[in-house]
Order: sequence, then C-alpha cells, then structure tokens
Amino acid sequence: MIYLTRRATFSASHYYWNPAWPEEKNRQVFGRCANRNGHGHNYTLEVTVEGEPDSITGFVVDLKWLREAIEREVLTAWDHRHLNLEVPEFMATDSAATIPTTENLAIAAWKRLEPSVSGADGARLSRVRVYETPEIFAEYRGEP
Amino acid sequence: MIACFGRRYALSASHRLHTEALSAEENKTVYGKCNNPFGHGHNYVVEVLVSGAVALETGMVVDLAALDEVVHAKVIDRFDHNNLNLDPLFLNRVPTTENLSRVIYGLLKDALPAGELKHIRVEETENNFFECSRE
Repeated sequence: MIYLTRRATFSASHYYWNPAWPEEKNRQVFGRCANRNGHGHNYTLEVTVEGEPDSITGFVVDLKWLREAIEREVLTAWDHRHLNLEVPEFMATDSAATIPTTENLAIAAWKRLEPSVSGADGARLSRVRVYETPEIFAEYRGEP
Repeated sequence: MIACFGRRYALSASHRLHTEALSAEENKTVYGKCNNPFGHGHNYVVEVLVSGAVALETGMVVDLAALDEVVHAKVIDRFDHNNLNLDPLFLNRVPTTENLSRVIYGLLKDALPAGELKHIRVEETENNFFECSRE
C-alpha cells in the first residue's frame, strides 16, 4: 500500500462558542478563542490518500486531480471565509457540535473529500490533517 | 467521533552518545561525532499526538492549555536546557533520539488530561525524526 499526501493552505477566521453555556464559562474554557469578533489563522491541510500504484501510470491517484478536488470541495468554501458565519457545517448557532475547532475542521474536511476520493479508481482517503498553526494540528481517519 | 489532536513543543538539550558496553574505540566507530566526550546539543521538536472522542460540548479531544501544562511539567521543564545524559532516566540508557522518544512516551502515557497517547515523535534535526507509539 502506498500513501500519497498533498498539502494545501487556506486562511480563515473563527471563534469558539458553546451557545448552551453562559459567557463566563465560554471565556473560561475557550480563553481568547471565545472573542466573538473572531480571529484568524493560516491553516495547512494535508490530505493523505492510500492505494496501489496503477500498473500503467504508476500513480495512486493523479496529483493534479487531487489538487483540484481539494480546491473544489474544501478551499472554495473555506479559504478567506469566516468559518462561523459563512461555512455551512459551522454556522448553526444552536449547537456546540459545530464549533470550528481544529478537530472539527479535520472531520469536516474528511466529509467533504471522502466521496470524491472514494470515486477515484481504487484510491481511499486515509487521513486528513489540519494545522491551525505549525505547532497545533488535528487529524481524522474516518473513525466513527 | 474519534480524532487526534497534535501539539509540537520545542526543547533544547545536550547529549553524548556513549555506552559502557563498548570500548572507547568501538564507541567512536558506532557513534562517530556524537561520541565527542564533551557532548553536543540539538533543538528538538517533540510532537505529542492524542487520540480520543471529540467532546460534543467543546469540539475538542483534549484541552490545549491542560495538555501544555502536563507536557511542560513532565517533559519540557525536565529536559529543556539540560544535559540528557545526567537525567536519572538515562543513567542506563544511551540518550539516542529513539530512546528519548520512548522515555517521553513513558512519562506522558498515563498523565494526559484526556484521551490516549497515540504517538510521540521527536525531531532531532530537520532531517531526522523518531516515533514511539503503543506496541
């Protein structure tokens, strides 16, 4: 099995807020991330695809195709956006399940990419990693 | 859902690769420059990967500040700006980065504020790194 990883970057703003909690608890748990005016990051998205190299092309998946899939499925919706205000999976204001933490971004990126990658011949999405800063990241491998 | 949260920490320390199990000549052959009697240092990067359920209330696997506190108390404060060879954990272990990653894994595996330790990765330089995970 060969694992192939493509990186992409996007910049977005967000804040953390659980609507079921009073302001004080939000500030206590999320600290500066609870500032309702938001703040931003330069994120790095790493998409890892697994499969056997094609016997003719030697590719697990065509890298240009993967770049375009990442652009189409994720970056057009997330890049230079306010995640809480403009991105459907994080917009609900009545649920904490949509707080745009790095963990939830990794899960959401997986959900956006998985159908496309599974549709590519023989390839499988193996891992999605989202770096919020070079020192903070989350990864998701499709586990329920 | 099960996801992983990762955090990278900087740690600068010195070490010397040398074992009493080998002769002085053999140590030089095996460890080369790393056997220099006065030691040398690295800017290590320690990557801590924690797996666990993403809490519905917070969207988090583990609280960043709580994780930082534990990693600093158990690992960074212990090794940063110190000589690894003089730490009791390396009295009978050569402070290779393989062993450092294993030692750090041992220091953190039962100390995390939430989740399970998935791996410890220690980068000794930009060009070499080592990972220790549960076996």
